[in-house]
Amino acid sequence: MSTLIKNAVIVNADGRETADLLIENGLIAKIGQGLSCEGEVIDAKGAFLLPGLVDLHCHLRDPGYEYKEDVVSGTRAAAAGGFTSVLCMANTHPVNDCAAVTSYIKNKADEAGYCKVYPIGAVSKALEGKEIAEMGDMKSAGAVAFSDDGSPVSNARLLELALLYSARFDTYVAVHPEELSLTEGGVMNRGMTATMLGLPGISRAAEEGPIARDLILAEENHARIHICHISTAGCVELIRQAKARGVKVTCETTPHYLYLDETACEGYDVNAKVAPPLRTVADQEALIKGLVDGTVDAIATDHAPHHIDDKNMEFTLAAKGISGFETAFSSCYTRLVKSGILPLEKLVEKMCLTPAQIAKIPGGIIKEGQPADFFLADDKEWTVEAKKFLSRGKNTPLDGKTLSGRVLKTFQAGRLVYERAL
Amino acid sequence: MALKTKDLLGLRDISREEIEEILNTAEAMKQVVAGPTKKTSHLQGKSIVTLFYENSTRTRLSFELASKYMSAVAANIAASSSSVKKGETLIDTAKTIDMMGTDVIIMRHPMSGAPHIMAKHVKSAIINAGDGTNEHPTQALLDMLTIREKKGGFEGLKVAVVGDVVHSRVARSNVYGLTKMGAKVVLAGPPTLLPAPGCEMPGVEYCYQVEDAVRDADVVMALRIQLERQKKGLFPSVREYARYFGIDPKMMQLARPDALVMHPGPMNRGVEISSYVADSDQSFINEQVTNGVAVRMALLYMMTRREGR
Ligand SMILES: [Zn+2]
Repeated sequence: MSTLIKNAVIVNADGRETADLLIENGLIAKIGQGLSCEGEVIDAKGAFLLPGLVDLHCHLRDPGYEYKEDVVSGTRAAAAGGFTSVLCMANTHPVNDCAAVTSYIKNKADEAGYCKVYPIGAVSKALEGKEIAEMGDMKSAGAVAFSDDGSPVSNARLLELALLYSARFDTYVAVHPEELSLTEGGVMNRGMTATMLGLPGISRAAEEGPIARDLILAEENHARIHICHISTAGCVELIRQAKARGVKVTCETTPHYLYLDETACEGYDVNAKVAPPLRTVADQEALIKGLVDGTVDAIATDHAPHHIDDKNMEFTLAAKGISGFETAFSSCYTRLVKSGILPLEKLVEKMCLTPAQIAKIPGGIIKEGQPADFFLADDKEWTVEAKKFLSRGKNTPLDGKTLSGRVLKTFQAGRLVYERAL
Repeated sequence: MALKTKDLLGLRDISREEIEEILNTAEAMKQVVAGPTKKTSHLQGKSIVTLFYENSTRTRLSFELASKYMSAVAANIAASSSSVKKGETLIDTAKTIDMMGTDVIIMRHPMSGAPHIMAKHVKSAIINAGDGTNEHPTQALLDMLTIREKKGGFEGLKVAVVGDVVHSRVARSNVYGLTKMGAKVVLAGPPTLLPAPGCEMPGVEYCYQVEDAVRDADVVMALRIQLERQKKGLFPSVREYARYFGIDPKMMQLARPDALVMHPGPMNRGVEISSYVADSDQSFINEQVTNGVAVRMALLYMMTRREGR
């Protein structure tokens, strides 16, 4: 079985070339000029061929909340967004805090075959923040990292133990920074827009305070730590300083913090309710600066699908989260590449190569001998229609927005797993 | 003239001209409230529903009387806030009421933005009768009617609003309304009950010293302090609140001699306002109540007379 992609602009984190790419047995067999093959030939003239996106942070909601999303619908949506590998968070029901749940998720994803799934195991049993979970067993079952995402690890001693223990299994702890006593009751960024809307705000300190603590704990224990979904200028600065003094820290931000700001909540748009909240334009600029200078390592979706009944209500009561897979690439492409802030190569670094390196998984690069995980995209405009999402979660503040950069086809291990209907 | 929007959700989104028109209409309606026969046919054949998810005897009564003085069919639903918690959806309730042929739904809800969601799902006009800590436009309009009657206008007036500013929908609506009309608004209270530094609304002044707000003010408006806020630790004690943030005769000496005293009621006498001040000649708190009915009559009249209704 072989497939030949002809005339694509192949973009890696370190450069681009126009070439043909031959897939054989699920691997990239050859990259070069004027290749030929017996099997299928796809002419990709005018399209970019990019490494499959690697998502360090998403919620597939399965097991337990299949009405919001399940592994099959989630991985189909991921493929439609250009993702070929995703790491999914443990806040399912039951919680992914043991090997059985880890295997269930992995097997279900492998069977569906749309996208590789690497589960993230819970740091603490049942996400209760009391005892560390069986990280070793979960790692053996296919987990690549550990996180109580959705809730912070408030107990500093427990986080310290998790940081120390995870080192034995060559993995890392991803933290969701949130000081609960400061976020309680808050529903959007604390700022002028919240004051004008009469909505209780969430301060930057609620996110930055825990980050400062967690960085010090990682430093003291020589441990690897990953900070999830950072949203403020202060977070970037704290991590910049920590990196400068040698702390083994990586971090991610999300497409929505880069593309939107707090004013998206105007009109009480529940689809703009997310944790941490959308911040200000100044925060957005600091995040972009962090991407450019290397402080911000990766862009992860924090894909958080919700059922319409969990969103279609008062802003205060609505669930937090954005369904992100199917707009991630285009919103970043529009905000960062199309505007001239980042070259496409840099976006490939932030959405493909570095995430794969952080998770220590294959992918993120177009190279002979590597798995044929990639997607084709063009530069054309399209309009987001949430109701057409393959994800069960239609919750996005980008509904109706026009973005540039369309995902045309996605290949995972050499198989066509998504094709855009034109 | 009618309002540009189907609904009255707040004063943030309406124009100076619309506010003026509402106040002019309210002045005419006041003749009815003050007159011997409180019955007009302005709302003959119109159906008005008050939907209150939060108790408020005076606001609801004010709207009900306004509807009845103008011959509307009026009904009220007291939805408890426990049905909110149970997740009975607002939108389903809205659609049900809408399908019964309602022209105007007057809505009070403990959460900011609830009437905005409602308005998107119904054909009826929505009047926001107070949503969470967001807006209470009819209260601000009656305050403005009172100020205009006594001061002749708004341009150049200094209005001090004192108390629990951050949780006050009355304060927020007054800020939007009064600043649009050219008044200068100064908000004062304990820092824990004002927006955090950097989160202030544009176009108004904030201060921690009530004295600075009240000095040379033309209007002093005390806000009701919810005593539960003390239990949440937002101020240390009611006694201390009264001492530093209450409006008493000594404080009023700083204001202009002809300053008006206002309060949205119900008052905690001796806490945010002393009885000497509340019952003084400068106080127009009772007048505000009458004006409340007039303003609500005006709005109901204007909102049921738009094209296509
Ligand atoms: Zn999180």
